[in-house]
Amino acid sequence: MTIFSLWAHKVINKAGGLVYQRNFAGSSSDGLAQLTSNEYLVLAGTLHGIHAITSRLSPTGSSSGAQVIEGETFKITILLTATGTKFVLLTSLAEATAEVVLQRVYEAYSDAVMKNPFHTPEMPIRSEGFDARITSLIGAGQP
Amino acid sequence: MQQYSQPHPRFSVLSGSSLSSAEHLSPTASSTRFSLPSAPSINTAIGTPKPGPRPNIYDRNINKTRTSEVSASALTFLFSEVVQYTQKRVSGINDLERRLNTLGYRVGTRVLELMVWRAESSSKAPKREIRFLPALMAIHTQVWRAVFGRPADAIEKSVENEDEYMIIDNDPPIERHISVPRDMNQLSCSSFTAGIVEAVLDGLGLPARVTAHHTPTQQFSSRTTILIKLDKSVLEREEILK
Repeated sequence: MTIFSLWAHKVINKAGGLVYQRNFAGSSSDGLAQLTSNEYLVLAGTLHGIHAITSRLSPTGSSSGAQVIEGETFKITILLTATGTKFVLLTSLAEATAEVVLQRVYEAYSDAVMKNPFHTPEMPIRSEGFDARITSLIGAGQP
Repeated sequence: MQQYSQPHPRFSVLSGSSLSSAEHLSPTASSTRFSLPSAPSINTAIGTPKPGPRPNIYDRNINKTRTSEVSASALTFLFSEVVQYTQKRVSGINDLERRLNTLGYRVGTRVLELMVWRAESSSKAPKREIRFLPALMAIHTQVWRAVFGRPADAIEKSVENEDEYMIIDNDPPIERHISVPRDMNQLSCSSFTAGIVEAVLDGLGLPARVTAHHTPTQQFSSRTTILIKLDKSVLEREEILK
């Protein structure tokens, strides 16, 4: 029941740009590799591409794309919003609250980021209010 | 925002008049996510909706909208745009605060006028404040209630300067979702509120210079102090009236 990492993943044009990323307590002891910010950007771009592919694979009409991707030891939950922003949560398999957490993150994003006049759309999120909301939602993060 | 120069109370945060800006958004056309929860109150304010031209805002009953509320989300989005619009047209933090103060001043003059008219029509003995302290109390409770829906949290008097008074708000609603970047940390967006207070004091004949300062405590991270520095003439008159 561990939440490893949260990527708030905002789409810029047709390429996916990462605007917020944070790892959470216990992730390094559980062996989540520490990556450079560039590597996170690449991963986010790749995931954006995979998501775009999955949204075109549906044999029965249109689809919003992948929502959960599961591995042997972890799962990736993706929340696609109406405006194209993606929120991605990396958790353990047993974590049952990922969808709910992502909805809450979306709420925090709408409040603390979109209503903040000092935030530039499509740019990385540097908002103390958002950090505080995420901390109270998920727990202390790692730098 | 283009119509900002029009002589129209677009920036009024008072429930009744701010609905006029909501008129531009058709409640049926907007998506559910951005629809204004207060939209139905437009209709209740003017009775049953009828096709045809809506009554002029100046013909409406000023007391019917006294307790109606606007959506906090819509207001914060609007204020966020106000700050962004202003920030693009200024150089420096002092300039930004001054412009926000000026915008608040435009709201404040209308707040005072509307409050006086409402008191006139609803109370049997309407009263105009002529002394400073009762006026300060009225700002702390009535003005705050009319604009933000609740009284401010405290009034303080400066120990060092006898012409300085402070109104304290622990969690200013317009700043609730604003995170000021570190390189601008002297900025307080409540300069807008300071402008409202300055206009009300000016309108009551108590000229003062009003500024806003961010004074966080452990418990309240967005606590804000509205500092009122009274004009010398006010103190002299208070002395005579004693």
